[in-house]
Amino acid sequence: MIVAERKPFDEILSMIGNARKVLILGCGSCVTVCMAGGEKETQLLASTIRLSDKKQNITRELRCATIERQCDKEFFAAVANDVKWADIIVSMACGVGVQFCGEVFTDKEVVPALNTKFYGATVEQGVWSERCVGCGDCVLFKFGGICPIARCSKSLLNGPCGGSQNGMCEVDPENIQCGWQLIYDRMAAIGRLDLLEQNQPLKNWSTGRDGGPRRVVKEDATL
Amino acid sequence: MSGLKSESNFEKLLAANQFVVTGELGPPKSADSTVIREKAGYLKGRVDAVNITDNQTAIVRMSSIAAGTIALQEGVEPVIQITCRDRNRIAIQSDVLGAYAIGLRNILCLTGDHQTFGNHPTSKNVYDMDSIQLVRMLKDMRDEKRFACGDEIRNGKNAPIVEPRIFIGAAANPFADPFEFRVIRLAKKIAAGADFIQTQCVYDMARFKEWMKQARNKGLHEKVKILAGVTPFKSVGMAKYMRDKVAGISVPDYYIERLSAAEDKAAEGINICVEQIKELREIEGVAGVHLMAIEWERRVPEIVERAGLLPRPSVK
Repeated sequence: MIVAERKPFDEILSMIGNARKVLILGCGSCVTVCMAGGEKETQLLASTIRLSDKKQNITRELRCATIERQCDKEFFAAVANDVKWADIIVSMACGVGVQFCGEVFTDKEVVPALNTKFYGATVEQGVWSERCVGCGDCVLFKFGGICPIARCSKSLLNGPCGGSQNGMCEVDPENIQCGWQLIYDRMAAIGRLDLLEQNQPLKNWSTGRDGGPRRVVKEDATL
Repeated sequence: MSGLKSESNFEKLLAANQFVVTGELGPPKSADSTVIREKAGYLKGRVDAVNITDNQTAIVRMSSIAAGTIALQEGVEPVIQITCRDRNRIAIQSDVLGAYAIGLRNILCLTGDHQTFGNHPTSKNVYDMDSIQLVRMLKDMRDEKRFACGDEIRNGKNAPIVEPRIFIGAAANPFADPFEFRVIRLAKKIAAGADFIQTQCVYDMARFKEWMKQARNKGLHEKVKILAGVTPFKSVGMAKYMRDKVAGISVPDYYIERLSAAEDKAAEGINICVEQIKELREIEGVAGVHLMAIEWERRVPEIVERAGLLPRPSVK
């Protein structure tokens, strides 16, 4: 899923500025799972704004709504009336949802309440971690199913640098595991260390973001 | 001498099986060339080649090619360090052409310290390639006379091919983890085309000897020239810093104790360094030492002399 976390409250407040009718729009998919922008989080943000407004003697109306997904246009119809009412939409979706919201409601200001972080997974209650960077040319079969591009701080393809110690990465030895230690251990466990002895050539990055904004067309699904 | 890959004097010495000594010169954190000339003065005639670091620890310094060119003018043969952190394949190949055209003959290929350690932690890194791929790219430029894209290295259809004939080096760190992978990685660097290897500074002699044994078991010492890295301790604080803060460096406690007990810490640091060089020289497969006297270039003459490495051999 796409993992995100809420922006600092003051930053959100400054984006809202003088808007007096605010629609806080949650998203029911990834950001609900990672507890950043689902229904519960829209209510929490609304309460925090109300509290702050009360202290500052600001009169402001807030509405909360959450749609199934903000990355599919059809779901926005459900909130068309709320959007019409609002001065501003605070989208609690990932960056994709925020942009799509603006593409649907072209005459409304849409601001992001979240910082979109990465493609990742829940590793324990309340902890998410990155697994994929969307390079567009999956190499997991070469590395025992552990991605060196996403999980090595330097995206090295031919083994660990000198900064790997006790299984941790020197960039943050408290929190970042050395991706290459994980790959090595996994390859040892599945008896495929021989794969790691092969020299990996220069990678073609053009399938990733470096090739410019990407799109996927599935011919048999188009109208 | 036949079979040489470059016009590097450093290569010639290694080919002649001389026990070589390389030094290190950190470029200044300013545009002040006098710093380079002064440091080069300490190193000239005392070492066979001098590594010019490339924004080491991700702190902005004068470019390694520019500083190396100044060092060359001062009569030392530079080993230009190139990291993968700051430049993509376009920029690196361009710089290699320029470096060769200026007269630089040795390049050491490094991954590069992550930018979070330096003075621009908010910058974007590149890592278009890793150090092993960099070695291969330089080898293909030299031996296949082609750029990474496959194009020939010539200015036009009818222009001559003028390839950069570079003596190619890589680093090795026997002290990082996973230890079992360290010799595999050395083998990959050799397979990629490394002509020489300079190691991380050796303090844990037992582990280094074990790594060398593994390298010899694979016959790697006969395929590449391995220079063992040494760095003299300037103080107890430095030794502790290396032990506790620098990943991939292993400093046994007895060095800390020995330095602590000494009256003149710097002199004791040099004593230790001289002993280390002598011990490393006895290890089968060690072709030389790489003396990294960090911001202490002025003590290099003394270390080299006391280690019995003077005078340096001349190249025919």
